[in-house]
Amino acid sequence: MTLAPEIKGTSPEKLLAPVLSAFWDEDRSWTLDVYRRHDGYEGLRKALAMTPDDLIAYVKESGLRGRGGAGFPTGMKWQFIPQGDGKPHYLVVNADESEPGTCKDIPLLFANPHSLIEGIVIACYAIRSSHAFIYLRGEVVPVLRRLHEAVREAYEAGYLGENILGSGLDLDLTVHAGAGAYICGEETALLDSLEGRRGQPRLRPPFPAVEGLYACPTVVNNVESIASVPAILHRGKEWFRSMGSEKSPGFTLYSLSGHVASPGQYEAPLGITLRQLLEMSGGMRPGHRLKFWTPGGSSTPMFTDEHLDVPLDYEGVGAAGSMLGTKALQCFDETTCVVRAVTRWTEFYAHESCGKCTPCREGTYWLVQLLRDIEAGKGVMSDLDKLNDIADNINGKSFCALGDGAASPIFSSLKYFREEYEDHITGRGCPFDPARSTAWADKDKHAEVNA
Amino acid sequence: MTTTPEGVSLGMPQLPAPDYPDDVRARLERDAAEVVARYPDSRSALLPLLHLVQSEEGHVTRTGMRFCAEVLGLTTAEVTAVATFYTMYRRRPSGDYQVGVCTNTLCAVMGGDAIFEALQEHLSVGNGETTDDGKVTLEHIECNAACDFAPVVMVNWEFFDNQTVDSAKRLVDDLRAGVQVEPTRGAPLCTFKETARILAGFPDERPGAVEATGGAGPASLVGLRLAKGEAGTARVVHPRDGGPHDEPQDTVHEPSPGEHLSSHDAPQETSASDPAHPSGPTAEEGE
Repeated sequence: MTLAPEIKGTSPEKLLAPVLSAFWDEDRSWTLDVYRRHDGYEGLRKALAMTPDDLIAYVKESGLRGRGGAGFPTGMKWQFIPQGDGKPHYLVVNADESEPGTCKDIPLLFANPHSLIEGIVIACYAIRSSHAFIYLRGEVVPVLRRLHEAVREAYEAGYLGENILGSGLDLDLTVHAGAGAYICGEETALLDSLEGRRGQPRLRPPFPAVEGLYACPTVVNNVESIASVPAILHRGKEWFRSMGSEKSPGFTLYSLSGHVASPGQYEAPLGITLRQLLEMSGGMRPGHRLKFWTPGGSSTPMFTDEHLDVPLDYEGVGAAGSMLGTKALQCFDETTCVVRAVTRWTEFYAHESCGKCTPCREGTYWLVQLLRDIEAGKGVMSDLDKLNDIADNINGKSFCALGDGAASPIFSSLKYFREEYEDHITGRGCPFDPARSTAWADKDKHAEVNA
Repeated sequence: MTTTPEGVSLGMPQLPAPDYPDDVRARLERDAAEVVARYPDSRSALLPLLHLVQSEEGHVTRTGMRFCAEVLGLTTAEVTAVATFYTMYRRRPSGDYQVGVCTNTLCAVMGGDAIFEALQEHLSVGNGETTDDGKVTLEHIECNAACDFAPVVMVNWEFFDNQTVDSAKRLVDDLRAGVQVEPTRGAPLCTFKETARILAGFPDERPGAVEATGGAGPASLVGLRLAKGEAGTARVVHPRDGGPHDEPQDTVHEPSPGEHLSSHDAPQETSASDPAHPSGPTAEEGE
């Protein structure tokens, strides 16, 4: 099957809404020139014409919520920064994109880094900060190069540095490369890491808004959240609110990956469904059907084909028992062993657990032992309840959300696929052939059809 | 017990690491001053400085950690605690090209496991080991934020997207043969040491490095093309179909407990705390 199925209902032109990705297909899309041709830094001009307090209120009224996973209202985070306290304020952008399945900020920064820089200048004006940081995970050197270049261009053009656009705002921006640690995506661990320490989460309170970087008021925002701000300023909060729902307004990047015909980035109003995304993009790979998927990375409880019509916004996914997370839609077809998938994710959490708190450090380790046994056909039935019990002792009892994330795939896979675990135990091994899941498994079949 | 059993040495505390040669130290101090100046608090410079010393010797040596400690007014213990926390800092000499195969769930399922297994056999090295010619260090890595290009291989942290067993084998063969290799997204490869310098915050000065491989990768554009009504062909000919072809895979992946993919979770020896380790005092810096 090579032809796309008929798109029922609405066309992709109407369902999708490219904003951040609108000109990624242009030559040299990452440069300041191209960005300015697409109204770049116009949002900043509007922002600088407002008072900082009005600007915060405006972003709050737009309804923009954090795109890094938790969905906290961005304007409210800015509002929490105490003013007139005599301390320096900092903006730290979380570009430590490492959640398994998540791949939106890296392509965004590779193709359009100036949207982030413009958003940073606007945010710093709002929270009265004169020094911002981009904490970029280290393992993406091509993106680091473009950020270095974009920051250089922005300084040269007067969007960074002293007296930006004659507003009196001074701002320095430092690009900081991490060194390989998933935990640094947790905002307080990120701050410790940025202070030159092991990336371990901090006890809260105090929250970063009160005592963040160097114990000063700090806003930590995800890349996509900040990069969305310039468009809101330029095109208006009403325009932004015309997309999505009342509680989840606006556009966002959905990242489709796995056994789908067309993996990639799809920018759409919040609330689109996986069924709509699959229908417009050619569905699952030919001859296969969806088995399980994550709505927002491996830390969000998995869904099955029962959930194809769940609106992918904060409320919709929450009501269906998971979390919107990072909108990382990892789709696996019927050739995939769910026990293998969960085992590998759990090994990831065990590897990345920072070791600070006992439930996560020990619990993830125990989970790995049990899962490896089950996957290898050496498990016993009571192991399944034990898995649930250990996950329950991690979930909500760990120092930070890494532990909750580690428990999610365990709970949800046992809920939907307990039988498959049992098959591994009774059948003394894995009934799946991993060769059938690979990207090239059906290649010969493809070649015939395409010929 | 009042006697010490014969043959057991209580040992001496390790001596401080040797310093860099004067000219190297002077050069690194100039770089370090530039790094420190970026931050309101000097300790924030520690991660970039560890990248910097890694760019000098290819891994973080005891000398490098001593240098960081002296520049920032920390103890070597404090620096070691940080250096051992992060996976990008190597603790032993390694190859010019770090080949990382993503074996997190999605890439693993899409073929990353098969690629990693094939490369281990092809190169006759295990996870974290280096080929005899010192060219390639093979390791499996975690999710690198390129799931829509799965399976992904990173070489010196440049993207090699949509890999197959055959394309990955060709890639490492080319690296070992000294053929100039270009990633699907990123700049023509430089050595691991040169990569570490970029990570320390010193922009890549090579002409064309920023522009290399153009704008967004093909998968990043599929939604945009659909939205613009351009995607008819994208649905008929999938990018992956244009990639290199593989022989059908007959082998079933069954990791044995001994070579399990996450065996790196076991505590690792660190050179600074273990003098017997190959990267200990006798095998490092300035020879």
